[in-house]
Amino acid sequence: MANMATHKHIIHGVFGDEVPLLEACRKLRAAGIRIKDVYSPMPIHGIDGVIGVPRTRLAICAFIYGITGTSLATLMMWYMMISDWPNDIGGKPSFTYYMNIPAFIPITFESTVFCAAHGMALTYFLRCWLIPGAKAKNPDPRTTDDKFLIYLELNDDQAAKAEEIMKNNGAEEVNQKGSFVVEPKYVLEETH
Amino acid sequence: MHAESEIRIPLILGDKSYRQITDDIIAPIEGKAARGWYTLTTLCTLSFLWGIGCLAYTIGVGIGAWGSNNGVDWAWDITNFVWWIGIGHAGTLISAVLLLFRQKWRMAINRSAEAMTIFAVMCAAIFVMLHTGRPWLDYMLFPLPNQFGSLWPNFNSPLLWDVFAVSTYFTVSLVFWYIGLIPDFGMIRDRVIKPWQKKMYGLLSFGWGGSARHWSRFEEVSLVLAGLSTPLVFSVHSIVSMDFATSIVPGWHTTIFPPYFVSGAVFSGFAMVLTLLLVIRKIYKLEAYVTIKHIEYMNIVIIVTGSIVGVAYLTELFVAWYSGVEWEQYAFLNRATGPLAWSYWCMMGCNVLSPQVFWFKKVRTSIIATFIISIVVNIGMWFERFVIIVPTLCRTYLPSTWNTYTPSFIDIGIFVGTIGMFGMFFLLFSRYFPVIAQSELKTILKSSGESQKEASKNQTHH
Repeated sequence: MANMATHKHIIHGVFGDEVPLLEACRKLRAAGIRIKDVYSPMPIHGIDGVIGVPRTRLAICAFIYGITGTSLATLMMWYMMISDWPNDIGGKPSFTYYMNIPAFIPITFESTVFCAAHGMALTYFLRCWLIPGAKAKNPDPRTTDDKFLIYLELNDDQAAKAEEIMKNNGAEEVNQKGSFVVEPKYVLEETH
Repeated sequence: MHAESEIRIPLILGDKSYRQITDDIIAPIEGKAARGWYTLTTLCTLSFLWGIGCLAYTIGVGIGAWGSNNGVDWAWDITNFVWWIGIGHAGTLISAVLLLFRQKWRMAINRSAEAMTIFAVMCAAIFVMLHTGRPWLDYMLFPLPNQFGSLWPNFNSPLLWDVFAVSTYFTVSLVFWYIGLIPDFGMIRDRVIKPWQKKMYGLLSFGWGGSARHWSRFEEVSLVLAGLSTPLVFSVHSIVSMDFATSIVPGWHTTIFPPYFVSGAVFSGFAMVLTLLLVIRKIYKLEAYVTIKHIEYMNIVIIVTGSIVGVAYLTELFVAWYSGVEWEQYAFLNRATGPLAWSYWCMMGCNVLSPQVFWFKKVRTSIIATFIISIVVNIGMWFERFVIIVPTLCRTYLPSTWNTYTPSFIDIGIFVGTIGMFGMFFLLFSRYFPVIAQSELKTILKSSGESQKEASKNQTHH
């Protein structure tokens, strides 16, 4: 196997509803078939565990961006109000940061939210490669309307098995969308 | 899949399928606009143009063109600013707070409410940028390096907090709204046939494909953004209220202001959402999605926040009396009985009394009554901001500075202009953007669709 170029078939399993699709996904996984992706018009509850989508770490990013915002705001206000040009405003001198901190809380908070929200949104766009002018990522335009699609890239014997499983579990169509050759050096040893 | 009690009233009426939802949401985009749409858009654009004229005049000759004077140095400008920002708050509340509380009824209304937020904040921004007097120097509001002058802006001032709060609020709301729009733009891109539409929605959709990985990230981002926007929305109007509360003007220097402003904001915002949605559901025939139940829920929010606002008014009066501070007592006596007392009673009538009719189910489920009350509430909330600002500034500490106020032609023009701009943007939005978050709506079709609920009821009874 390691020295052979492998043929991979692209298979689309089209479903009219998310319930049979989830069932088909479970069966495919049980049969040891790797599901490349699922395209759907809306988020499908509980699919992540079934097809093995890892938990996204975007929330952790947001937290890191957030504390960056907190620190930036603190640094900025300390520099401008306390260090660079301390002023006595309305009889309230700017001696130390900690004594004036109540007045600095609103901007610290806003800056935290600003950095967390925009940092996370930007990361989300780049991670999903959602940018103006990007090509549509769904293989079949009906998947943004009312169709649900299982996208598989499989070798010969797995392809036949997968087609059978999907047909038996309520797939409306199962289409071979061509095949491609994977050079031996790119073939990963898949373990299930 | 979520199960839902059968006695819950369905949120999507009729026998809808996923395809049917797509068709209904895309109909205004694919079809021709109604004549009413053209009439309204023309009307709004004309008043927007009038507003631009008055705006240009103000920039040309300075804010002496307004009715504001030496004593009453904040008047319609700040009234309108606070009013518009407040209206914006309902959009964030619906999309963020109701998302955190997992309220499914938000899905039919969040998109248009968020659009309203963005347009309302744009209107508000016009007033703050203009009221500085020299709007071309507005960049000095930001903390810029010293070569622009030897001083940094004062971070102890709520006016500067406002700059940060409003700009954060606007940009975060915009991003939140757009992230939600992307899957729907993807749907439109895959549906439309005209080449220019395909191109335009292709660009707008950012190449969305709806893969399971992207949906998982999409949901996480929405949830975290909702979590961030919730305290943000409370902070924004709290900070706006601190523009007043941290001053030493009697009638303004009160600790009740932040919660009082926030509930007022939600109150007026929901009223504006209702005004707009009742029109939209009629023109675009969305009665199956924005149902009487949705209207009733929003009316309940209105009665709750309206009553909070009412209690706040009475608390203010009580505390003014109880404080024993004569300046404070006089400020409120002046509001209720002084030369501008009519505006105080207009506010009381519109905000405290009028929403109380929603205690009757017949009224809060009536479309006509809701439409009328929603407009009355918005008038009332405008007067609330007016009453806080103008009568107070007419009677400050020094009797020699006592003054009256009348708005100028230009004041009225700019205000009408912002209403026109708001209407124009909203009408354009409703024609070219998906007015309902259809991808989210599809997730609740099985649990909250009328025919689906009916079917599952029959199944369990067998």
